Amino acid sequence: MQDKDTGNRLGFTFWISIVWIVLVVFSALTASWWTIPEPDKMDWDNLSVRPGTVTDNAIFQNKTGKETSPYTYWLGTDTMGRDQVSRIVYGSRISLSVGLLAPMIGLLIGGLLGCLAGFYRGPLESTIVAAMDIILAFPGLVLLLAVTFYLGASLKNLIFSLGFLTIPVFCRVARAKTLALSGLEFVQAARLTGAGNMAIMLREIIPNVIVSVAIYGLLVVAFMIMAEGALSFLGLGIPSPTPSWGGMIAEGKEVLDESPHVSMIPAAIMFMTVISFNLIGDSLRSYFERGKHQI
Amino acid sequence: MQILVQKTVRCALVILAVSALTFLMINLLPGDTAYIVGGEEATPADIEAIRKSLGLDQNIVVRYLTWLKNAASGDLGESYLTHEPVLSTIIARLPVTLELLIISQCMALILALPFGIVGAYRSNSMVDRLVNGIGFATLSIPSFVMALLTIYLFSIKLRWLPATGYVSLSANIGANLKSFVLPGLSIAMIEWVVLMRVLRSDMITTLGQDYILMAKAKGLPPWRVLLQHALRPSSFTLITVLGIQIGRHLGEAVIVETIFALPGIGRLLIDSIYARDYHMVQGCVLLITIGYVIINSVVDLLYTALDPRIRTEGGHAG
Repeated sequence: MQDKDTGNRLGFTFWISIVWIVLVVFSALTASWWTIPEPDKMDWDNLSVRPGTVTDNAIFQNKTGKETSPYTYWLGTDTMGRDQVSRIVYGSRISLSVGLLAPMIGLLIGGLLGCLAGFYRGPLESTIVAAMDIILAFPGLVLLLAVTFYLGASLKNLIFSLGFLTIPVFCRVARAKTLALSGLEFVQAARLTGAGNMAIMLREIIPNVIVSVAIYGLLVVAFMIMAEGALSFLGLGIPSPTPSWGGMIAEGKEVLDESPHVSMIPAAIMFMTVISFNLIGDSLRSYFERGKHQI
Repeated sequence: MQILVQKTVRCALVILAVSALTFLMINLLPGDTAYIVGGEEATPADIEAIRKSLGLDQNIVVRYLTWLKNAASGDLGESYLTHEPVLSTIIARLPVTLELLIISQCMALILALPFGIVGAYRSNSMVDRLVNGIGFATLSIPSFVMALLTIYLFSIKLRWLPATGYVSLSANIGANLKSFVLPGLSIAMIEWVVLMRVLRSDMITTLGQDYILMAKAKGLPPWRVLLQHALRPSSFTLITVLGIQIGRHLGEAVIVETIFALPGIGRLLIDSIYARDYHMVQGCVLLITIGYVIINSVVDLLYTALDPRIRTEGGHAG
C-alpha cells in the first residue's frame, strides 16, 4: 500500500475512506430523521425480499399514529421483513460507539501507563509490563466472551471490557515511543533548563507520543468493530431487538441459500467501514513517518 | 539454560495469575451462585445448604486456594447440566480443535508460500502489488464473514462440500478430513496474509545476499535459487509467526467451530455460555488460556533456539 503513493501526499484511497467514514457517522447521527421504517418494524408480506423491492403499504410510526405509504426497500428486508436500510443505519450506532469509545479507554489508560513506564523506568516499568503481559496472556476473544458472559452484555459493559482489552497494546506503543523520545536532545534540553519530571512528561513527551498512539488507535477501531461484530454474530453482544451489523449477518446465515443479500449487505457495509479505518490509519502512519525522514 | 528456567518461571506465574482472574470472574457474578444452582424454587434453607456444600460461606482467599488445589489435581468441578466432570468433557473435545488448528495452518502455509516467494522475487511488480492489495483487504474481513463467504461459494454455489456434518476421525478418515476443509479454509484465507508478508520481507533480504548472486552466476534456474537456496534461510520468522498464530487462533476457532458445527472446545465454550453452565465456562476459559500461554512460551523458546542472533550462548550456526 505504501509503495503506491509516492510524494508527501495522502493517496486517493485515503480520501475515499474518509468520505465513507463521514457518511457512516453522518447517517448514524441523523438516523432518526430519515423517512425509513423503524428498525424493528416487521412487514410480513415482504420477508427477505430482494434489494429494490417496492411495497405499497410500508408502515411508518408518526406523531399522528400509524401511517402507511409506498416505500422502496433499497437494500431489501431481512427474514422478519424488517427494512435493511433502517437496520444498517441504526446498527451503525452500536458499531461506531463501541468501535470509537472502547479504544478511547485503552488510549487514555494504556497510553498513560506506557508513558509512565517508558519515562520513569525501574520497578514501575517492570510492574506495568508484567501486568500488561497477564492481560495479553488471555486469548482476546475468549476473555471478551468470559467478561461479557459474567457481567452481562450491555453497551456499557461491552465498551468497558473491549476498552480494557486494548490497554496493553496502547501501553506497548506508548512505552516504545517514550523510550525512543527520552534520549533525544529536546528532552535533555528541557531537563537542563530545570524542568521537572512532571513538566517534561506533560510538555515534551505526551504531545509527541499522542500522535503515533492515536494513529495506531485507528487500526484498533477497525479491530474493535470486527470484535463487536463477532460477539453480536454469536448472539452475545447487545441483545436484540437492538439492531447490530453482526446480528444482521447472523440472521441471514439461515437463508444464505435463497436470499444471500440478508447477510452479505451488512457484511459488505462492515467490511467497507473496517477497511476504511485501516486505510486511514495506514496512510497516516506512512505520511507521518515520511515527514520525519525529511527533517 | 538460564533462559529456560527464567521463561518457565514466568510462564508459571502468568498461569497462576490467569487462574486467579478466571476464579474471580465466576465470583464477580451478579447474584449468588447458590441461587443459580438451587434454581427458582429453592427455599432459604436449601440455599444455605447449597452455600455450605459449595463452600461459599468461606473467605474468598480460602476458596481460591481450595479451588486451585482441586484444579491442580485435575478436578475443575462438574457441569450443572450433564453432571459430567468438566476436565474430561474438555479433553474429549480437544482433538477436534487441534485438528482444526493444524489443518488451517497447513492451508494458510500452502497459500502463503507461492505468493510470498513470487512477491519477493518480483517485488513491486503487478502481481506483487495485487497480492498485497488483496492481502490488505482480506485483513479487514472478520473470520465469521469469511466463513459465510466460503459456505456461500463452495457449499451453496459450487456444491462441492457440505457446510456442516462432522464425522469423527475414528469413524472415517476421508469424511473427517472433508468436514474440516471449509472450516480450515475460512481460517486460512485470513491467516495466509500475515505469513505471506513475513516470508516476502525476509526473502527480499535473503535475495540480496552474496551467495544468492553466486547461485545465480552459476546459471541455476530461478526456481532452484528460490526454493533450494533462499527459502530455508528466509523462514525463521515465518516459523515463529506460525506458532504465535496457532495460539491466537484458539479464539478464531471458537467462531469457526460454532458456524460449522464442529464439536471442539470453542463450540463447547459457546454452548456452555448459552446454557449458562458456569463451571464449564470457567474450565474452558482456564484451559484455553493455559494452552495459549504454553504455546506462546514454547514458540518463544524455539525462536531463541533457532535464531542464532537471539541465542545468548555464542556459537555460529551455518
